[in-house]
Amino acid sequence: MDTIKLNIDNREVEVEKGTTILKAAQKLGIDIPTLCHFELNGLNVHNKPGGCRICVVEVVKDFNGRPRRNLAPACVTECVPDMVVRTNSIRVINSRKTVLELILSDHPNDCLQCAKSGSCELQNLAIRLGVREIPYKGEQSSYSMEVSPSIVRDMNKCVMCRRCETVCNEYQSVGALSAINRGFPAVVSTAFDQHLTESSCVFCGQCVAVCPVGALTEVDHTNRLIRDIANPNKKVVVQVAPAVRVALGEEFGMKPGSIVTGKLTAALKQLGFDYVFDTDWSADLTIMEEGTELIGRLTKYLAGDKSVKIPLMTSCCPAWVNFFEKQFPQLREYPSSAKSPQEMFGAIVKSYFADKINTKREDMICVSVMPCLAKKFECERDEFKTNGNPEVDYSISTRELARLIKISNIDFNNLEDVAFDSPLGESTGAAVIFGATGGVMEAAVRTAYEVITGKTLPKIDFTELRGLEGVREATVHVQDGLDLKLAVVYGLSNARKMLEQIERGESPYHAIEVMACPGGCIDGGGQPYHHGDADIVKARWEAIYQADKNMPIRKSHENPSIQAIYKEFLGEPCSHKSHELLHTTYFDRKKSIENE
Amino acid sequence: MANYKYHILICGGTGCHASQSAQIKINFEQLIVEKNLVDDVQIVETGCFGFCEKGPIVKMLPDNTFYTQVKPEDCKEIIEEHIIKGRKVERLLYLDPKSQEHKADSKHMGFYKKQLRIALRNCGFINPENIDEYIARDGYKALATVLEQNDPQATIDIIKKSGLRGRGGGGFPTGLKWEICSKNNADQKYMICNADEGDPGAFMDRSILEGDPHTIIEAMAIGGFCIGATKGLIYIRAEYPLAIHRLRVALDQAREYGLLGKNLFGTDFDFEIELRYGAGAFVCGEETALIHSMEGLRGEPTFKPPFPAQEGYLKKPSNVNNVETFANIPVIINKGWEWFSSIGTEKSKGTKVFALAGQINNVGLIEVPMGITLREVIYEIGGGIKGGKKFKAVQTGGPSGGCLTEKFLDTPIDYDNLIAAGSMMGSGGMIVMDETSCMVSVAKFYLEFTVEESCGKCSPCRIGNKRLHEILERITQGKGTMEDLDSLRNLAQVIKDTALCGLGQTSPNPVLSTIDNFWDEYVAHVVDHKCPAGQCKALKKYIIDPEKCIGCTACARVCPTNAITGTVKMPHEINQELCIKCGSCYEKCKFNAISIK
Repeated sequence: MDTIKLNIDNREVEVEKGTTILKAAQKLGIDIPTLCHFELNGLNVHNKPGGCRICVVEVVKDFNGRPRRNLAPACVTECVPDMVVRTNSIRVINSRKTVLELILSDHPNDCLQCAKSGSCELQNLAIRLGVREIPYKGEQSSYSMEVSPSIVRDMNKCVMCRRCETVCNEYQSVGALSAINRGFPAVVSTAFDQHLTESSCVFCGQCVAVCPVGALTEVDHTNRLIRDIANPNKKVVVQVAPAVRVALGEEFGMKPGSIVTGKLTAALKQLGFDYVFDTDWSADLTIMEEGTELIGRLTKYLAGDKSVKIPLMTSCCPAWVNFFEKQFPQLREYPSSAKSPQEMFGAIVKSYFADKINTKREDMICVSVMPCLAKKFECERDEFKTNGNPEVDYSISTRELARLIKISNIDFNNLEDVAFDSPLGESTGAAVIFGATGGVMEAAVRTAYEVITGKTLPKIDFTELRGLEGVREATVHVQDGLDLKLAVVYGLSNARKMLEQIERGESPYHAIEVMACPGGCIDGGGQPYHHGDADIVKARWEAIYQADKNMPIRKSHENPSIQAIYKEFLGEPCSHKSHELLHTTYFDRKKSIENE
Repeated sequence: MANYKYHILICGGTGCHASQSAQIKINFEQLIVEKNLVDDVQIVETGCFGFCEKGPIVKMLPDNTFYTQVKPEDCKEIIEEHIIKGRKVERLLYLDPKSQEHKADSKHMGFYKKQLRIALRNCGFINPENIDEYIARDGYKALATVLEQNDPQATIDIIKKSGLRGRGGGGFPTGLKWEICSKNNADQKYMICNADEGDPGAFMDRSILEGDPHTIIEAMAIGGFCIGATKGLIYIRAEYPLAIHRLRVALDQAREYGLLGKNLFGTDFDFEIELRYGAGAFVCGEETALIHSMEGLRGEPTFKPPFPAQEGYLKKPSNVNNVETFANIPVIINKGWEWFSSIGTEKSKGTKVFALAGQINNVGLIEVPMGITLREVIYEIGGGIKGGKKFKAVQTGGPSGGCLTEKFLDTPIDYDNLIAAGSMMGSGGMIVMDETSCMVSVAKFYLEFTVEESCGKCSPCRIGNKRLHEILERITQGKGTMEDLDSLRNLAQVIKDTALCGLGQTSPNPVLSTIDNFWDEYVAHVVDHKCPAGQCKALKKYIIDPEKCIGCTACARVCPTNAITGTVKMPHEINQELCIKCGSCYEKCKFNAISIK
């Protein structure tokens, strides 16, 4: 390994060749402030435009032995041997502050009302650099605010860090956002300034997850929810997605990776929901449906039926569904027809459960707490409505739930654990791992194996399906003559590769799991902001598998409540009734974008 | 050109084209048919002669008579007098402003006397649409030599020893640039010609492409051979239709002659050139932005390293040179590095083309040896300041450059001296200003340009330049404060220090150099609310002298904002709040009662 020795702020440091000044300084405990720079190490997200110029440093001695003419951006400048760097000279401090003042001079001064207040990286910088006035007054950008089903865009707050553009184009390959105009009016927008709903946007919300300021935020349903809970004529039912329970604690100062299922349930009860249920329950239901569908397709396929679509692709992730409908509608028969767990849950609540508690559909409000912003869009899909009444009325993000808890004076950290309500609150370990990349596939394999072979799994943990690499593949030996070839991907650019492979007729897989967000739902667009700290995402990931281990039952088909609903109501997986309630069809939405 | 008695060279540059030089050519062609001179006279449309101030230019060979400001109706007289009767048409000859004598031969004209045309050697001499004329002037000989020698490093060494530096503004040694790129191995490399000329007023690249396109093709092939590239790309502004047309014609001819394509000169070297069109964004002249634009991406710069020599077009090693740089290459090969490096100063060799403009008598395109002084350029080549006014400053380097004052008039022009003086070579814009120019407005003008042309990627350039411009706007409105002047300096310095690319790093230069050289003028605007040059409209004040006003009411009637009041036959008054400083009253008053303060 080639190493380089250099001097930063009068201290020597030795780093690997190719290391940036920013990283070398971190090694010495010198924390150079950044703004546009964003990296989720090991999770395929990198944004290094070197554009904000907040991280500039003075290179007193450069590769040629002479001082560098201008200041160097630490985030992209690589160390060279014998370099001498000052990160806190008066020239640096003045320049950095002036650049920040310039950015602030074109930023609305409305921190107190801003949705990002308290989690804003620009606000933190202003605090850190001690900005007390903005000397450079002048014209301010003026764009109109745009509200879509999931995302609010207030481009007056955009600082042109280009993080959203990078995740949208490089990480997701969606291509909805990119810089438009030049000079002062330069801003990130859609092509021809279309509304997001008309663009190629899939509402994954990763742009919101990485935005350092309040330019991109989620559509906030907290007030709507407070009103609905207060309405005595409504029965309000809540479901909570698996990934929420391993991240919500962060909003209350807990260590990343804290599993707060019991406190979460307690808080929801205190908020006044009539029934506190678990999306994990419908995740188990999903496995029954999707797993059965997979077995069905596989059986035909192995029998030589060429018309059957293999690989089966998962369909839980709403951003992924939007993606293939908008970009690969010709392949829309490959994904499973099973609805997402959120929508399966809503369908059961507003039919089976409504009957059970003797309440009319219209008098029920089904709310979901999701790590996701695309779920908000999913709630509004016409195919998930019965006579105009949605299966799930609306979805709130993990962040919105945290706000609600704070508004409602609930001392989250000191809550006593409470269990989910019955019957839609019972779940298995197979369901909770839906929250991490590979989880759906592992849960499906646990069930498929036992259903196909009729034998008990020798080992529940399919570690070969776990991991944080963007594309993973594994072969699972089920029985003689049946080795399941599986792929697990996250990030829609990876999904695109899978789809292109299918299109070329070269896909070697029987089934593919796709999640849009880095590491799966644990880093969904609605999760607490991690500001680029990949360790937070990794801690959530570990917590998901810990939560699985903690469960007494770890296979979906063994969930007694699931067994009961098939017996009582649905008949069997993929029955006529199941198809009516739990399956959907996909549409060609490519045309609608192109015709705009 | 053997059998003709006369050659009539007509300037086919964009400027002369705009003044009907195409019609002049048609007229001459008709006339020689009418007069039965088709076998005696050849009519040639050439590239730019450079002396645009006096265009359209018609030059007669072999006697070298230089006719200026020729109109289509003058053709008949030129044919009848000059060709048939052998008498020069006196009234169309250049009139020397000093001696008031007509000069027939361009060699004796002040504008040409001190020029040395290397890059422009064929402009105004050959028909750019005829490859044979280029070949007759040693065209493609350098390429043949290089390929025959078959030693890329030897050619790179020649270019290195010649001391040629990049003419696009950066001044990086061309040979070294080639050498770096030649050492990076890849399955494909690219030789790129930067023809995205963007400095306001600069048009040397356009003139070379219009007047001598083959020299660029030849030079690119030589460069391609040296760095190991088989593909060349010319990134040219789509607003240069004539240059594009001539390039296309030249490329077709070169292909037809086997000078592009496979196995050039029977060697195993293949080279092909494609055109890429730019939409005219100034920042796309920056090499990384240019490459992104060619790739179909947003034209904005990225951090270097990686340099294009490492990761350029389509991530392959690429070398980007400017048009004028290329135009020097074949001559250096033909005449030797010793010859080239004997011209110029210690660190800046050869010549530089400047677009001379502004308040100067001889506006046009000039090529001068490095080391010539500004005084020689302005007073000898340029013929001095227009209208006998006083010289105030000369702006070099375009929007990235600075303003130089009288004290620099005797400084030899080269890359390093201009930077030391607070300006730069840039691509060779040179705008001369007289005493009526307001230096705050000049700085504002350039800032307006960079604000418009910033890509918006980095904060200091996107927002900082906007704020600089706003402060300058306030100052010219008479609303500036002394704190604004402090802010200007600090902001300008920070932008220079922190901007991402060359555009942002140099955009504050016009501000800094005018603050340094014309501080008093800034203070006058701020403290006295006066524009010493009388240019800033908002600072003008129209006042009626009650002693002189007879109350004729003419001014009040012409005022568009009803700012002038008063009774008939009594002195009138201007309400300064309502006055928009249009000057109508000033022009209307027959009694000189209105003055500007």
